Amino acid sequence: MPTSRQPSATPAGRVDAIVVGASAGGVDALSLLLPTLPADFRPALLVVVHLPRDRPSLLVDVFSPRCALPVHEAGDKQSIQPGTLYFAPPDYHLLVDRDAHGPSLALSLDAPVHFSRPAIDVLFESAADVYGARLGGILLTGANADGAQGLQAVRRAGGVTLVQTPSTARASTMPSAALAAGPVDFVLPLEQMPAVLRAWGNGGAI
Amino acid sequence: MTPRMLDVASKDFDIELRLLLEALYLKYHYDFRGYAVSSLKRRLAQAADRFDCATLSQLQDRVLHEPALFPALLDYLTVQVSELFRDPSYYRTLREHVVPVLRTYPSLKVWIAGCSTGEEAWSLAILLREEGLLERTLIYATDINPTALQRAEAGVYAVDRIASFTQNHRLSGARTSLSDYYTAAYGGAVFDRSLKGHIVFSDHSLATDSVFAEVQLLSCRNVLIYFSRELQERALGLFAESLCHKGFLGLGARESLRFSSHEAAFTPVVPEDRIFQKR
Repeated sequence: MPTSRQPSATPAGRVDAIVVGASAGGVDALSLLLPTLPADFRPALLVVVHLPRDRPSLLVDVFSPRCALPVHEAGDKQSIQPGTLYFAPPDYHLLVDRDAHGPSLALSLDAPVHFSRPAIDVLFESAADVYGARLGGILLTGANADGAQGLQAVRRAGGVTLVQTPSTARASTMPSAALAAGPVDFVLPLEQMPAVLRAWGNGGAI
Repeated sequence: MTPRMLDVASKDFDIELRLLLEALYLKYHYDFRGYAVSSLKRRLAQAADRFDCATLSQLQDRVLHEPALFPALLDYLTVQVSELFRDPSYYRTLREHVVPVLRTYPSLKVWIAGCSTGEEAWSLAILLREEGLLERTLIYATDINPTALQRAEAGVYAVDRIASFTQNHRLSGARTSLSDYYTAAYGGAVFDRSLKGHIVFSDHSLATDSVFAEVQLLSCRNVLIYFSRELQERALGLFAESLCHKGFLGLGARESLRFSSHEAAFTPVVPEDRIFQKR
């Protein structure tokens, strides 16, 4: 599918949701990023971290006390609330659906993608479909190529994309694969991301 | 680099999706119109890719005029690979909280709705035999996909899956060894024919069919996540109608009754394992 959108350094317009993908080193990276978001942050955040499938996820326990935003494990058919952080549960894909009330969460047990379930591509592609241009996509550290196609889907739908500078990532494979897959709007180290995220939430310039 | 699949986010895709689902319903009487759209889109994009169709309209054209294609498309839309004793704590909870009540019935009927390739049906048959209840039990294992039902009935699983099945079985509170129930042959593990005498595999759609039996235990796991809220509501209505007074309902680890008008008809027995009892 050809991309019709020109690269742009400061895409305008507020986003309603931000999808985030991370793998190896992801919990540490998220620890630097998510606690910086203020309590009045408007977009919903949907996060996939590759996890061992046979253990309960501790992500909610880890991030709840450190974040100003409410933190939940994503549940099937839940309405997506603004200013709320959702983690994909282990061993399920997390998708975005649309019901009569607006965007909602959906889970699936479809086959792993890039050997991963949850897979970042699955979340990003379905979120791009529902949110279109009102979506931000962020890809962080990781040791495989999951998320690269998904980030391009976010961009094709008009959303804004951000990749961690590979040289600053614990594992550079994932951000490098994302950059190889096509243009993205921002390539930044973690410490410069909070300002960009807040700008996405406000719809203002950086 | 994997080939780029259809762009599910395009507006045309939504239109073509609705037309294709309508075509499948009119031509083959399979109703996917109430399925959750996000997963359906992914699966159909994969199917279109597999059948070399550049659009869902092309896929629709082919599936209408080449009926031989339909079973393969149905596999894309429905087949769910599970495991024997998937989520062992679910089965352990059945043993601890449900089996003692089931023992009080002189005869038992169990419904496994959406059995796909049969892993759950065989698991429950083994569990009930271990608990000494299988001889008085009839298990209805239903699905909409005839190919999946044939595979379920054959009860043959690849040998390389047996290690994880065995591990799950042990964690489920097993009283016996899983190897008591299968014979390894030709790279497959064939499950015991004497279990099969207690399982009826049959075609049933939660979207279009009605209740066919009164049951004491109904297990429907990781099926409802693929349904829209409206179709979930229909399915849960069937379950409430099919279960006897104080009958048990088991759902998948991430499924709930929370958004359903039928929630009030059930009491949670062990909420973590998604086991409910009809009031």
